Amino acid sequence: MTPTHSPRVLRNLSAIGVGLALGILALVPALARSNPQAPWTAAERTMLKSLSLSSLAPLPADHSNKYADDAAALRLGNLLFNDARLSGNGQVSCATCHSSEKGFQDNIPLGKGVGTAGRRTMPIAGTAHSPWQFWDGRADSHWAQALGPLESAVEHGGDRLQYARVLRQHYRAEYEAIFGAFPNLQGLPERAGPVADSARAAAWARITPARRDSISRVYANMGKAIAAFERQITFTPTRFDRYVDAELAGRAPTPGDNFSDDERAGLRLFIGKANCVNCHNGALLTDNHFHNTGVPQSQDGARADSGRATGVRAVMASEFNCLSHYSDAKPSDCGELRFAVTDGEELVRAYKTPSLRNAVTRAPFMHAGQFASIERVLLHYDRAPSAPAGHSELKRLGLSGTEVRQLAAFLKTLVSSVAYPAPVTSYTP
Amino acid sequence: MRSLIRSTLAALTVATTATLMTGCMMFMKPPAASEFGRTRVGMAGVYRATITPAGDTIPQGVLQQWTLHLETVAGAPVDSATVTIDGGMPQHGHGLPTKPLVTTVLGNGDHLVEGMKFNMGGWWVVKFRIASAAGADTVIFNLKL
Repeated sequence: MTPTHSPRVLRNLSAIGVGLALGILALVPALARSNPQAPWTAAERTMLKSLSLSSLAPLPADHSNKYADDAAALRLGNLLFNDARLSGNGQVSCATCHSSEKGFQDNIPLGKGVGTAGRRTMPIAGTAHSPWQFWDGRADSHWAQALGPLESAVEHGGDRLQYARVLRQHYRAEYEAIFGAFPNLQGLPERAGPVADSARAAAWARITPARRDSISRVYANMGKAIAAFERQITFTPTRFDRYVDAELAGRAPTPGDNFSDDERAGLRLFIGKANCVNCHNGALLTDNHFHNTGVPQSQDGARADSGRATGVRAVMASEFNCLSHYSDAKPSDCGELRFAVTDGEELVRAYKTPSLRNAVTRAPFMHAGQFASIERVLLHYDRAPSAPAGHSELKRLGLSGTEVRQLAAFLKTLVSSVAYPAPVTSYTP
Repeated sequence: MRSLIRSTLAALTVATTATLMTGCMMFMKPPAASEFGRTRVGMAGVYRATITPAGDTIPQGVLQQWTLHLETVAGAPVDSATVTIDGGMPQHGHGLPTKPLVTTVLGNGDHLVEGMKFNMGGWWVVKFRIASAAGADTVIFNLKL
């Protein structure tokens, strides 16, 4: 017997059919997420391309440093970067914390020079692409950045007149070939500079303004030579870049570069549900900006740290910023400084987004080494706790344990060697 | 004591309102595609503004210059206005990464805007607050990066 259906039953059945179809349609994105081998959508492919090292813009000019791309300045900078005579105790060079063997950082929570710094040593690779240096952006160029630690009481612990004497004694020919005649230092004290040490600061105040200016000019030039070296410290392609480049070219990645299911799922989370790409965007996986992400106070809780709120005041007042007497830039070249946000709650405990390239090799993590493992970092972003001060930009993510593992697996594909100019043992014109 | 209670209650009210507002913003959806035009009329209906970024697309992560053309809704160019700029990402609850300014009045209603920058993809809002003899108004642009 053939069953017969009343119109009401038919209407109900068709409604159920439409409902099921809509339900299945709604599940499509979820199914794609649960199938790691699902093809990348057009929007995802556009995003992946933007993250590949192949999309990195050429090294930007540094208008504030006319020696930035000078080969002789680079050689001198390479020597200075590794010279421990440029410190208060003769034992600390830039390379002490920025070790080339560790990707130009040190793997300890707080940098250790002649004393202990207040924050984690930042890596150098790729930072020539950033308008701001330091976790709080208190320098707006590589050369201004290099000068900060040199006169810090806890990092290099020296002063600019001491350094001018080191340069005059050991690098005079190299210096003069690049920057011109070395100033006369006769009659000046051995050590002086605008530093925390009161005796050296007082000695600095007693020097005439014109002679102070000539010493500061040598100091700025030192920074410019170090910057010429540092801007050539760069990232090399990772498995991620090779995977994306192959994917976009429509060819199979070489076997070692293909992504596992976890790595693909992690990448999909990175550009999707986990929102990582909001800040970790572009080919260096950083927006070069400052964010409060609710990171807890440093384990060394005695140090108050308000992040960008303090950093922006420092860079605006810096004697070595883009608009300064020692800069080679025209004011029109200094847009980042001229249009910087200088106040507001968003700056409180906001720190610069670090590149995620090689991030997994840089434990401990965050601006003062607060977290020991990358999994702990991911849990922080998942839970989105309130900030110790200011307001965190994070929202809770609701990641599963599997998703945390997948994100970690993806981050481990972002590792590669860092390229840098070969060490110089002696000056060769 | 009473004043302490009053000020505590006031502080709590402000904090709760701020939290709710931030929470609400997080769940805001971008407006319809028709709201993303490069020419917009102000909220008070005093001015019509047109933004012309240098280049066809608005790039991410670099400083850029725009031309802002201002006219009254009747079509008269406005050159003598005070213009301030702010904005941000309503869904993220943060502002612009820079403090853009009108740096030059180019004439015939055109103004050079410098210091514009967007550091992430998504829905952005840029607000031009305009005051002149014609009145005060705010023109809001929605952008998708």
